[in-house]
Amino acid sequence: MSINTELDARSSLRWLWRQLTSMRTALILLLLLGVAAIPGSLFPQRTQNPLAVSDYFKSNPGTAKFLDQLQIFDVYSSPWFSSIYILLFVSLIGCVLPRSFEHAKGARAKPSLTPKNLNRMEFHAELSTGSLDSAEAWLKKRHFRIRRDANSISAEKGFMRETGNLVFHLSLILILVGVALGSLFGMKGDAIINVGERFINTPTSYDVISFGKLQTEKNLNPFSITATNFKATYDLVTGAPSDYKLSANVANEVGTTEESKVVRVNSPLTFGSTKVYLQANGYSPLVTVRDKSGEIKYQGAVIFLPQDGNLTSTGAIKVPDMQPQVGFIGSFTPTYERAEGGGAISSYPEVLDPRLLLSIWTGDLGVDSGIPQSVYRLNTSEMQRIGLKTLKLNETHDFGDGSITFEGWTPWVNLQIVSDPGKIYALLGAIFAILGLLMSLFTRSRRIWVKADINKSGVEVAGLAKNAAPGLENEIASLVKGMKG
Amino acid sequence: MNSTNYAFISNYAVYSAIVLFTVAFFAHAIEVAFSLRNSGDKTKFDFTRTKRSGDLGTVMIVLAFLCLLVGVVSRGISAERVPWGNMYEFSITGALAFTGAYIFALWKYKIRWLGLPVSISVLLTLGTAITVLYVPSAPLVPALKSAWLVIHVSAAIISGGVFLLANCIAATYLILDRYEENSGRPVWALKLPSLEALDQLSYRLVALVFPLWTFSVIAGAIWAEAAWGRYWGWDPKETWAFITWVAYAAYLHARVTVGWRGRKAAWLCLFAGSTFLFNYVYVNIWGTGKHTYSGL
Repeated sequence: MSINTELDARSSLRWLWRQLTSMRTALILLLLLGVAAIPGSLFPQRTQNPLAVSDYFKSNPGTAKFLDQLQIFDVYSSPWFSSIYILLFVSLIGCVLPRSFEHAKGARAKPSLTPKNLNRMEFHAELSTGSLDSAEAWLKKRHFRIRRDANSISAEKGFMRETGNLVFHLSLILILVGVALGSLFGMKGDAIINVGERFINTPTSYDVISFGKLQTEKNLNPFSITATNFKATYDLVTGAPSDYKLSANVANEVGTTEESKVVRVNSPLTFGSTKVYLQANGYSPLVTVRDKSGEIKYQGAVIFLPQDGNLTSTGAIKVPDMQPQVGFIGSFTPTYERAEGGGAISSYPEVLDPRLLLSIWTGDLGVDSGIPQSVYRLNTSEMQRIGLKTLKLNETHDFGDGSITFEGWTPWVNLQIVSDPGKIYALLGAIFAILGLLMSLFTRSRRIWVKADINKSGVEVAGLAKNAAPGLENEIASLVKGMKG
Repeated sequence: MNSTNYAFISNYAVYSAIVLFTVAFFAHAIEVAFSLRNSGDKTKFDFTRTKRSGDLGTVMIVLAFLCLLVGVVSRGISAERVPWGNMYEFSITGALAFTGAYIFALWKYKIRWLGLPVSISVLLTLGTAITVLYVPSAPLVPALKSAWLVIHVSAAIISGGVFLLANCIAATYLILDRYEENSGRPVWALKLPSLEALDQLSYRLVALVFPLWTFSVIAGAIWAEAAWGRYWGWDPKETWAFITWVAYAAYLHARVTVGWRGRKAAWLCLFAGSTFLFNYVYVNIWGTGKHTYSGL
């Protein structure tokens, strides 16, 4: 009884395995993978655009909640998407590995025996003259693999077709390994630094940082980057950017001699498997805030975030040391222009005629409450607005409790710092995949048989091409010609 | 000559190409509509009556190809870069690649019957390009300044041209298949190749260009790694390129391993090709993500 159930269990497992590794299942999984990828392109994804996701939640709360349960906002890390590709790869491995062993064995084996009835083959000819020897010589010259028997030749060519096919599929597995290594051991982070400042690669220097599941912050390379200059070039007519160039002094490790380097959009800095990319840029206005007695309460460059292509930028200046606390909601326009219906807008992304527009608030900034808040926004729930002012360069405004001076500006850059130790495997996999694919799709695989008839004089010639690849007819005609001549 | 001159030459050449494609369209339409010579014999057909009209169509398409080539190249010279910076430029280059694929297939596989659908598709593409998508010639945004632009985009455009040609053939297959099932081929379709030949031809084109498409996706990944800090990020364009890749991979497997032929294979081919078109139209115009550049 128990033996029977065990047998049943084993045979049904075997049946399942055979189903999973069958070509039909693989094909269905492949199509399913394509279909499953679609929702991720139609709905915003948390990994790419968390803001768009929260906007979606605000505008359609009901649907968003429902969709979120289906992980529509995290499609590519969702269990249902993962299960499709994992099943596909299991199926692929189950299919490709046995075939690879088979193929490796076949490499040393001779072609199979000549079949009995050659006249069933697609290309078939009977010749009254010609010998097996002349056929063998012709086939050898063209690098066919040959099995010579007493009165027949079985020859085949195009072994590389299957080799290429297997290399291609094995390479896909290598790509998957690369992707997995990257997500387990990689790290990714963003940091905004003002030109003139130094970035040291420690977790606290980052605005956002995330590590792979098997990676810790101890493994950050100890480099430092000092931004010395940033130059953006724009088209004079359209204002479209044409070049961004960051000059930086770089030390690896921190404290060693610095080297000067240039970072551009398409040419990142490299520290081992860590790369530093120039991702975005903007302006930080330089301000000084004094209290009534003229004592400096705040001085420095405040990072403002760009709102449009001409770098109209907004941000917040917080002065917790004043009594009462003072905050400013600011807008910086590198090239000032009056906007329709009041306000100001920038008409060109370079600093030609800068203005700092401020709305001034006093009260409680809320920074002491312990609740983390954005450095780019002012929480005005406990504050009162006491004024509005547009400042020109070097202008000072007295707002009663103190004064603020607009002293200048400095550009800032957003550095994206990424480490992906798996990508070299993904790249190798991709290169081998292409080579395998080319080898497989452009090799014609075919067999040719030549058989001497014992009863009659002369020989029979026949051929078979895999996947009806063209050209065999001509090849056989040429063989026949060669045997005659 | 300065860049404005070249921009002017480019526009002029593209408009001329449109005129030539229109002539080719009428020539092929006449060829198809009036080809049968009335011989009174109902068993033997003679299709030579409009051969000259067809010849004219071919000549016009080759001339139009050359004109379009001038248009694309001078657009590039005027902007001092490869002309693949926005959708107008993708469209004229795509039309060029598609026509090129047709001329290649015409020379290799004798497929002049495709002249009519090809000239219609190109006219639609160029018409949309000059009316809806046109933007003046301008320099590239920094992210596009890379040698990979040439490599990645040219491979994508050529693959696209051939995929769409395979789609035209698959669509023809399905139409003729429907006719043969019901009442037999209509007179105009009698001289088109057999269903089997159409099936084989669309497969061959796909198999020919699938490695190039794979290469284009990989080249894109390498470029993305250099510009954006990751080689794959499921950006909508990347996602749809992946879907197209998966769909054609499924098509090739279905044909080679599972043995799909004819109707099922043609539908799968059409599906795969439409994912490419969807990627081009939807993601470029309405999509979000890193592949959408200012002003289309």
